[in-house]
Amino acid sequence: MWKTLTRWYHQLSSPRYFYRFASAVLPWLMPIAVLVLLTGLVWGLVFAPVERYQGNSYRIIFIHVPASSGALMGYIAMGVAGLIALVWRLKMAEVMLKAMAPFGAVLATVSLATGALWGKPTWGTYWQWDARMTSMLILLFLYLGIIALQSAIRDPRQAARAASLLAVVGVINVVIVKYSVEWLNTLHQGATLKLVGESSINDAMKWPLLISMLGLWLLYAANVLMRARTEVLNRERRSGWVATLLAPGAKE
Amino acid sequence: MSGVWRASLRRELTLIWRAPADVIQPLFFFVVVVSLFPLGLSPEPELLALVAPGVVWVAALLAVMLSLDGLFRRDQESGALDQMLSAPVMTVVPVSAKLLAHWLLTGLPLALVAPLLGYMMQLPASVLDTLALSVLLGTPTLTVVGAIGAALTVGLNRGGILLAVLVLPLYVPVLVFGAGVVRTALDGLPTDGLLAVLGAILALALSLGPLAVALGLRISAGD
Repeated sequence: MWKTLTRWYHQLSSPRYFYRFASAVLPWLMPIAVLVLLTGLVWGLVFAPVERYQGNSYRIIFIHVPASSGALMGYIAMGVAGLIALVWRLKMAEVMLKAMAPFGAVLATVSLATGALWGKPTWGTYWQWDARMTSMLILLFLYLGIIALQSAIRDPRQAARAASLLAVVGVINVVIVKYSVEWLNTLHQGATLKLVGESSINDAMKWPLLISMLGLWLLYAANVLMRARTEVLNRERRSGWVATLLAPGAKE
Repeated sequence: MSGVWRASLRRELTLIWRAPADVIQPLFFFVVVVSLFPLGLSPEPELLALVAPGVVWVAALLAVMLSLDGLFRRDQESGALDQMLSAPVMTVVPVSAKLLAHWLLTGLPLALVAPLLGYMMQLPASVLDTLALSVLLGTPTLTVVGAIGAALTVGLNRGGILLAVLVLPLYVPVLVFGAGVVRTALDGLPTDGLLAVLGAILALALSLGPLAVALGLRISAGD
């Protein structure tokens, strides 16, 4: 088992193998992701029962929570990819890091926007500087910083390595930010946070939530594979296999 | 190795000493920015005292960040940076000397001036020492973390605004705890715990930060 895993890891770190792997997986992954996400969303938005206190407004949870978790997991994954890129200098880790940033930034934005829309009917305000909202805002800034740094450096390898270092520092920072703003808010206004306690969620709401979460993560993965595939082609455009692949009438 | 470190420190201090604008300007910036707030908000003492911890801290943060933009740029233009990277000692040795020199001549003066600005912002005299102590503990972290951003943007044309975008989100914890310490002191509560947190963040920044700065310089040099 371990041997297969390590071999797979080494194979995937070869751009050419990765391209073939991504091209084989994507035609399946994309439709499955969309299907799962739609199932979860339709179930949650249409068929799940009305919540006792919040009425129908709670249904935004089926978009909000998957987006938030995706944004957070995406950034942590970027930190891991960055560490691998810095320590082992794997080209594919650099490519993955670059591919993960845009969708993650979009998810952070979606999370903030849906959170604001949900906040209006339940808390009576679109924006409050509570711990989770502030952390997500900082997370969005960190995503944008990585995208900005990458676009400012022309050499793709150097850009990716710079972004890797920033992502690793950023992950440490996210952890400290989370605790610092939690402290800040327990001092000022703790009570509002309790509104979003998810521990006591009913099964009829939990399952659509989990399914839409899975669907969004799959969609994120498919998006990363697509972006990484393009990036691999762009980086390896001078190598032989790309030339034969892109030659008119070629088949891979 | 310690010889190299001492020589680097002496070089940095001499360089800054001979061109003191780099020391005076961040300090001047700090004073000017804080002075704008009473003019823009209102000169009411109660209001000023309420916002003073945040205002002084945000101004200190911006002053440190702006001073970092040129930290490695001049060395790069003169070629000293390439020598530093190709020298037969670990890059972190001259880098840590550089960071120390930078803090001694920007962070430390900011901490010394902070009580004066706090007083101008109508903070009661009893919390001014806490304000100075929090700035003293916080600015080394700001220098080290900001230097990571400065190292990554050293070769880029529009470094300044990019540096702000990269570094300011990383400054959030120091800002929250730094201003938080002063607010807690204003409420008359014990501040030891929060100062200890600032110290813990400082310890983390000092232990890993210089390594990250050295790595950032190597990445920028195309290594």
